[in-house]
Amino acid sequence: MPIIKGLDKLIKYNDRSIKDLTTTPAAAGGGGTGALVHIKTLTASSSATLDFLNGSSDVVFDDTYPIYKFEFINCHPATDGVNFSFQADTGTNTSYNQTITSTNFSAYHGENGNSGTLSYSTGGDKAQATTFQNLNSTSEIGNNNDQSISGELTIYNPSNTTFVKHFMSNTNWNELYDFTGNTYVAGYFNTTTALTRVQFKMSSGNIDAGKIKLFGILDS
Amino acid sequence: MAIRTAVNRALTEITALPTAAALVNGNLTLLATETASSSANLTFDSNINSTYDSYLFKYISIHPATNGEQLKIAFRDGSTAYDATKTTTFFRAVHNEAGNDTEVAYRTAQDLAQGTGAAHLTQGIGTDNDQSASGELMLLAPSSTTFVKHFIARTNTYSADDYNYTTFVAGYCNVTAAIDGVQFIMSSGNIDAGVIKMYGVGPKQ
Repeated sequence: MPIIKGLDKLIKYNDRSIKDLTTTPAAAGGGGTGALVHIKTLTASSSATLDFLNGSSDVVFDDTYPIYKFEFINCHPATDGVNFSFQADTGTNTSYNQTITSTNFSAYHGENGNSGTLSYSTGGDKAQATTFQNLNSTSEIGNNNDQSISGELTIYNPSNTTFVKHFMSNTNWNELYDFTGNTYVAGYFNTTTALTRVQFKMSSGNIDAGKIKLFGILDS
Repeated sequence: MAIRTAVNRALTEITALPTAAALVNGNLTLLATETASSSANLTFDSNINSTYDSYLFKYISIHPATNGEQLKIAFRDGSTAYDATKTTTFFRAVHNEAGNDTEVAYRTAQDLAQGTGAAHLTQGIGTDNDQSASGELMLLAPSSTTFVKHFIARTNTYSADDYNYTTFVAGYCNVTAAIDGVQFIMSSGNIDAGVIKMYGVGPKQ
């Protein structure tokens, strides 16, 4: 009987614990391999930049997760014919000028059926450059009311102090002259200093609207 | 101490998402699973709304009834028809089992320019018992009534001619009406077997 009473108490206590959970246990996918953990959503409203700073406004961008994933949803430029881009920085620096070597290629197809092509963008890549990295090609994003860019960017092990920091992205976007563009960008920040912050912006003008979500991905 | 151990063990053995956790966590939330069994189509006609900002479809071992047919996707934008207008791109990487043929190329025959028919996702899938296609497609902000609806897919195919094809398809539904349904079909014939799962990505809105 004491054992049964004890179990009864355990069951009640345990039921209440599960019901009141606000984070997901590992076995349910909250901490297991490959689990996406939402960290922060920033919403643009005529924003010059959207910044994710480790340790600020609930943003985590350190060794808590080995992989970080950004998701862009309908980022709409205020200015017609611009590029959506990102850079990173270290410590509390705000220059966003880390050295990048990258590739950039895209598939294009016009709404009029013209120019179904796959091509490398020599203007959209970087060779040890410290400028912002385009997430589209150098063909530019339109700002008609229904035009935007959406997609995702993964940054691997940003806090590592041994290796360079690899990143890969895939976006789809409305080109200025009514093409669809599907861009693949990949490369590395050629630094062994930990990255602590990431900034997104248009090449000119504001991010008029849109969301960027940051997730951590657990691997163990 | 005994109570603490027992409770800890119970929490680590949870295999289903508690409701409260699903509301606040950023994991993939499985919304629906469709399993083919000589099916003309696999259709997701509910749960695509403003609950999530993006939806992920994983198609697993899609096996056609007819040799060499391609998996395709169509979107519903308010009516009962899966005919939302789309402009897409399609390119592929190719390697055959014989090891003597490789390619990376855009495929004009498989893209769409303001087309209302279903969009190609794969090359022709073989019907040998071990042949199929698997991959995933992300649909972003389907319920937006302001922007076009972007989607991005990547698929691997074991083809009828014993090639490996990796296909990259992306584009947008060029409509401002909400997309509220997604349908997968073969270019001809049934989907003999396979599973497609639909997830909501990230926290609820």
